[in-house]
Amino acid sequence: MSPSAVLPVGEPATPLKGCPPVLVEAGHRIRPTVLAINSTLPVTPVLTGLLPGGLRRGTTVTVSGVGARSLALALISVATVSGSWAAVVGDHDLGLVAALEAGVDLRRLVVVDSPSPTTWGEVVAALVGTLDLVLIASTPRVSGTVARRLATRCRQRGSVLIQVGDDRWPDRCDLRLMVVAGTWSGPQSGRGHLRSRRVEVTAEGRGVMAGKRRAELLLPGPDGAPVAVR
Amino acid sequence: MDDTPTIPDRTLVVWCPDWPLTVLGVGSEEPAVVLDKGRVWASSVSARAIGIGWGQRRRDTQARCPDLIVLERDEALEARRFESVVSALGDITPQVKVRRPGICAFNVRGPRRLFNGEAHLAECTATVVVEALAETLGAEVGYPEPRLGVADGLFAAGLAARSVTQAGLRSLIVPPGNTTAFLATQPVVVLDRPELTDVLIQLGMTTLGAFAALPVGDVIGRFGAEGLTSHRLAAGLGDYPPVCRPASDDLAAVIDLDPPVDRVDQMVFAVRSLADDLHGRLLSRGLACTRVVIEAETAHGERLERYWQDEGAMDSLAMADRVRWQLEGWLHGSPATRPTAGLVRLALVPDEVVPATGYQATFWGGASAADERAARGLNRVVGLLGPGAVQVPVWKGGRDPADRLGLIPFPVPPSRPVMPPNGDPPWPGLLPNPAPAAVHTGVVPVEVLDAHNLVVGVDGRGELSALPVGLRLGTQSTDLVLDITAWAGPWPVDEQWWDPDRHSRRVRLQVVTGDGTARLIVLEGGCWRVGATYD
Repeated sequence: MSPSAVLPVGEPATPLKGCPPVLVEAGHRIRPTVLAINSTLPVTPVLTGLLPGGLRRGTTVTVSGVGARSLALALISVATVSGSWAAVVGDHDLGLVAALEAGVDLRRLVVVDSPSPTTWGEVVAALVGTLDLVLIASTPRVSGTVARRLATRCRQRGSVLIQVGDDRWPDRCDLRLMVVAGTWSGPQSGRGHLRSRRVEVTAEGRGVMAGKRRAELLLPGPDGAPVAVR
Repeated sequence: MDDTPTIPDRTLVVWCPDWPLTVLGVGSEEPAVVLDKGRVWASSVSARAIGIGWGQRRRDTQARCPDLIVLERDEALEARRFESVVSALGDITPQVKVRRPGICAFNVRGPRRLFNGEAHLAECTATVVVEALAETLGAEVGYPEPRLGVADGLFAAGLAARSVTQAGLRSLIVPPGNTTAFLATQPVVVLDRPELTDVLIQLGMTTLGAFAALPVGDVIGRFGAEGLTSHRLAAGLGDYPPVCRPASDDLAAVIDLDPPVDRVDQMVFAVRSLADDLHGRLLSRGLACTRVVIEAETAHGERLERYWQDEGAMDSLAMADRVRWQLEGWLHGSPATRPTAGLVRLALVPDEVVPATGYQATFWGGASAADERAARGLNRVVGLLGPGAVQVPVWKGGRDPADRLGLIPFPVPPSRPVMPPNGDPPWPGLLPNPAPAAVHTGVVPVEVLDAHNLVVGVDGRGELSALPVGLRLGTQSTDLVLDITAWAGPWPVDEQWWDPDRHSRRVRLQVVTGDGTARLIVLEGGCWRVGATYD
């Protein structure tokens, strides 16, 4: 998608005085529109309870708690399948098999070395400008200025910046996802194996995504993909 | 990208025109062609005069000239005869780099001083080559004389050699600093990239000078990496100089030959796998090879080595061809160049490497707009952080989460596998789903404790010595101990027992601790470590 397509389009300019009504009508008809599908990235149906309408483009998200990586992978999975690219910055430990099981299209996932604190801002800005999803882990001490600049760049380019882990993000973020409790099932004193983890996830947003929501999931489910708990 | 213009080294190119015809004993006066796979590969001067050229079919050439001599290409003979020329050049300089049979080059910086200037050096080189040719081919055949060119860089020197047309002259020396002016008058077709040059000609740019005058940023924007390489060539800046660097020794691919080999046909498969091995090793580091040294050792302890270089990076097929040609030259060549015993060792050593920029997606179409945008951004990050800093997943297969998918440097072949191929045989001992979301690349030592605070071990049959109850995060007695609330396993693995260097015997255990975290714990060599966390 070209970046211009995600920019919010305001009301059409007021028609010139004396303009024939038929032209005003035609002007309304051909004015560019932004479809909701272009302003959000699709998410797995399991997470729609937390993110009604999908993941809004141009926002910053933090994902924290025990199980943050699994939740972040679940968050980006469907978007990568539908053509968006995702970069993971500074997390060489990310389980690639887990990403595959969560449904991430690995052809559009890249892992970027942790940049030095001096180049960190520049590298993340380059990624935010060109990739739809940028996951950052183990951030060096990011100043509020850099964080705000990245947030602005996200809004301009329609990308989503996702901070994974419990580090503090020095700016107000649009959405906070948190894994608050998790219980594993499967192993019993030597028999069986880890099968699934039942977790409770809370989402707290501002702006359009204001309000607090919670959901129970199996994260990961028995085959690695997240499953909703009814 | 390096913005400072660098001038490539002064290079001398020796070119034996129509080499495929010369070795077959055809003089330039007779109309003759050499065919390769049914198409014209080389044609003699008099054949070219009647309009027979590269790529034509046999039928078309014979229609133009019924008494044309048609010969089949003999690659082995070309390589064998040229080796005697190259070894004769060893008297001038030890570092002759062969491009392909018929063309070789060397850096003139050293020999220039020894021979008192470039003009005298070119004269002496020409004499050596002519003598070597007379010795191998016999004097009676009227083959075309060798031509020499000296200029800044391999590309310009090769063009200089081809520009020698005046009768009685053997060499053209482009004075230092005049290379750009020399190149500017050449037609763009000498770049030998038809897709690019067709467009340039349509745009009205027929000379390298006109192409070189374009701003470099616009050339990259329109023609990509291939355009940049050609633009650098046209501007006389060489091919890859700013990023070329010597390769480390551990990249060499080596095979030992037992029994000693004295015929090329005994080694066809070994050569191919040697080239594949080197190419794969380079690619896994995001590198490509522009110059390679072929080294051999004979049963009598003689050491042979020869440099091969081509413009741009060589793929595994190109490297295999060069090894085959070189072996032809050594093993079946004239008695003067032939070693006294069979070869016992063959090594392929990359001498100069560049970051691999190959495997570009097709120029028009192929990738979506998002893919192109992503590739642009990732290339920028590679520029900021250096090659190898951006990596992408590739399927490898294995038993542990860390083995099944690996990372290779960007950019990569578009067809890399990212999931198990269909019909992938099962891996016995594979851990069951789900996979851990964090696989630790560093070693995180821990201790699994029993009820008496003793470290749990595993016996020869893969059974735990006691029930695990605690997990100590560290190996010091002061480190934090977490209660184990649930555990599963152990799953033993005994991998690659046939290879002492890669043999791995380990036991894996899944444990859930009191804080709700599940971990994959591995016991290897008597030490427990956290292999992965189910984050």
